[in-house]
Amino acid sequence: MSFSKITALILVATFSIALTACSGGSSNEIRLQGAGATFPNPLYQKWLSEYGKAHANIKIDYQSIGSGGGIKQIQARTVDFGASDSPMKDEDLKAAPGEILHIPTVLGAVVITYNLNGVSQPLRFSPDVVADIFLGKIKKWNDARIKADNANATLPDLDITVAHRSDGSGTSAVFTDYLSKVSAEWKEKVGAGTSPNWPVGIGGKGNEGVTGQVKQTPNTIGYVELAYAAQNKLPVALIKNKSGNFIEPTIDAVTAAAAGALATTPDDLRVSITDSAGATAYPISSYTYILAYKNQSDEAKGKALVDFIWWGIHDGESFAKDLLYAPLPAEIVKRAETKINSITANGKALR
Amino acid sequence: MVASLSPHPKGEGKGSRGIISALSRRLSPTGNTGDAIFRTALFSVALLVVLIVAGMIVALASHSTQSIRQFGFSFLTGREWDPIKGQFGALAFVYGTIVSSLIALLISVPLSLGIAIFLVEQAPRYLARPITFLVELLAAIPSVVYGLWGIFVLAPFLRVHVEPHLARWFGWVPLFQGPITGIGLLTGGVILAIMVTPIISAVVRDVLAAVPNTQREAALALGATKWETTFVVLVNGAPGITGAVILGLGRAIGETMAVTMVIGNRPQISASLFQPSYTLASVIANEFTEATADIYLSSLIELGLILFLVTFVVNAIARLMVWRVTRRTAGAM
Repeated sequence: MSFSKITALILVATFSIALTACSGGSSNEIRLQGAGATFPNPLYQKWLSEYGKAHANIKIDYQSIGSGGGIKQIQARTVDFGASDSPMKDEDLKAAPGEILHIPTVLGAVVITYNLNGVSQPLRFSPDVVADIFLGKIKKWNDARIKADNANATLPDLDITVAHRSDGSGTSAVFTDYLSKVSAEWKEKVGAGTSPNWPVGIGGKGNEGVTGQVKQTPNTIGYVELAYAAQNKLPVALIKNKSGNFIEPTIDAVTAAAAGALATTPDDLRVSITDSAGATAYPISSYTYILAYKNQSDEAKGKALVDFIWWGIHDGESFAKDLLYAPLPAEIVKRAETKINSITANGKALR
Repeated sequence: MVASLSPHPKGEGKGSRGIISALSRRLSPTGNTGDAIFRTALFSVALLVVLIVAGMIVALASHSTQSIRQFGFSFLTGREWDPIKGQFGALAFVYGTIVSSLIALLISVPLSLGIAIFLVEQAPRYLARPITFLVELLAAIPSVVYGLWGIFVLAPFLRVHVEPHLARWFGWVPLFQGPITGIGLLTGGVILAIMVTPIISAVVRDVLAAVPNTQREAALALGATKWETTFVVLVNGAPGITGAVILGLGRAIGETMAVTMVIGNRPQISASLFQPSYTLASVIANEFTEATADIYLSSLIELGLILFLVTFVVNAIARLMVWRVTRRTAGAM
C-alpha cells in the first residue's frame, strides 16, 4: 500500500470519527454523499479534509467504489455527486433521470514500466511498438523495431512477458483507449474498455499486482498509474507522442496533454486526451471527472456542492502535485467554471 | 400453562387450551409444550439454512436472466470472455477453477493425511501440541497475505527452483511445456494446497482420534505391524476423511484473493500448468466493480450461479464416493 493511500485511509478514519462526534450537533448541517473512481480518491479525501476545516457545517463523504459504481449511483440518484475516470457514454447519459454535467478535476497518466536486466537508460517506445507488444506480435526484446528506438541499449534475445490489470479499471480503459487510437489492429481486435480481452500476458490485481509481477518476473513489461510508478520508483519508458517527440511521463507533460487537446475538447468536456497533439504532451493521459446533475433538487445541498467543486478546481488544485496528480490547464479551469455556474436548483442559479 | 405442562392435558376441552394441547401432541410425542416449542425452534433454524440456500439460488438466477436468455447453454461452453464486444462464455473459468482445486487436493491430501497420522498415531505429546498449533495457525492467515506471499516468494521460487526441473524431466508431458513465468495454474494450485492443508489435516486428526482404541488393540493383537494398524484406523475413518477432503475442496473452489494474485488471470484453456488461467471466484471479484453494462453484470452474476452449481455438483460427487466406499467396506466385513 502506497504512502498516500495510507494517508488517505487515516484521513477517512479521522473524518468518520469526526462525523460521529459531530452527529449530535447543529441542525443546519448539510451532508453530501459522493462515490466513484478510485484513482482520484487520495486527492478527494485531502480535499474533503481541507474543505471541512473551513466549512464546519458541511459534511462531505466520498466512497471510492470504482468509476462504474460511481456512474450507476449518480444515475440512481443515491449520491449527490459521482466520479469517473472516463466520461459517461451517450447511452448512460440518456438513461439518467436528468442532465448530468462532467466537471474535470485533475489529470492522470498511465506509464509503461518494465523489468529488463542490463538496461541503464530509460527505454523509448513508438506507439505502434507498444501496441504490437501488447498484441503479442513483437515477442522478443531484441526485436528490430524496439532496437530502432533504443540504439544504445543492449537488448537481450529473450521473450517478452506482458503484465496487465486483471481487475476492471480506469487505468486499463485509458491505456486501451490510447492503443485503439494508435493501432487500427488493436481497435478492431481488442478495443477500449475497463476489462479488455487481452491477446497475451498475465493479469495482476490492481497497480500493486501488476507491479509485483513486473518486479518479480524478469523480462516483463506492464503498465501502471503515473502516481503509483513515481511513489515506487519504478523504471518508466518514454513514449513517442503525435508530434514525434519521446516524452517522459511527468506531471507537467500530462497537463500539457490536456492543453494540447483543447482544440478538440467539446463543450461538455467529455473528451479523451490520449495521443494528444501538444509538442510536449505525454500521450497516455486522461481527465478524471466529478459528475453532478445540472438541476439540483435541494437548493441548500446544491449550493454546498457547487461551492465545493468550485473550491476544488481552484484552491484544491494546489494539493494535486504533492499527491502526484496533474493540475488542470488554465483554459480548462475556465471552461469548468462555466459548467459549475450553469448548475441550478428549481431554476435558480446557485453561484 | 400449568395444565398444558402436565403430562396428560385434557385435550377434549374447548377453546385455545384445547388447540394448544392438540398442537403440542402433534409436535411432540409426549404432548409436552416445552418439547414442542423446542422442536419448533430447532426446525425453524434448520429451515432457515434451506431458505438461505434457496434464496441465494433464486437471487442469482433472477439477476442473471438477461445473460441466460441471450447466451443460453452456449454460456457454459463458450471460451471467449470479452466485455468490450459483449461476448461472454464461462468454460475457461470453470476449467481454471476445477483444475486449480484438483492440483490443490493432489498436493494437500497426502500431506494432510501424513500430518494427521503422525500427530495421532506417532508423535509424542511434546511434539504433537506445538505442531497442531502451528498447522492451525496456517488456517488463520488472511488469504490476501497468502496472495502477497505468493507473488513475492512462492512464484519466484517456483519459477527458479521447481518449474525448470519439471520442464526438464517431464517436458514430454503437455502439462509441463511452454514458457516459465512463475505465474499460472500450477502456482495457483500450490498456494491453494497450502491454504487447505490446515483444514483437511485438522479434521482428519479429529477423525482419527475418534476411531476407538479397541480397533488398534484388536489389530495389534492379531500381530499387525504399526503400519498395518494405521491402515485399519484409516479404513475406519474413511468417511470422515472424505468429509475433510470435501471441506478442503470447498475452500479451494471458493478461494478468491490469494489465487487471483498468482494465477495470471487469463481466461484460457491450456494443457500446460505453467500457463496463466482464471477462476470463477477471481473473475467475479476482479470485474464486478467496473461492470456497467447490464449484460456484463448479468453474465458475472451467472458466473456466480455456475460457481454455486460447480460446488454443488462436486460435493454431490464426493458424497457419492463416500457412500460407495462405506458400502463396500461394510460389505467386506
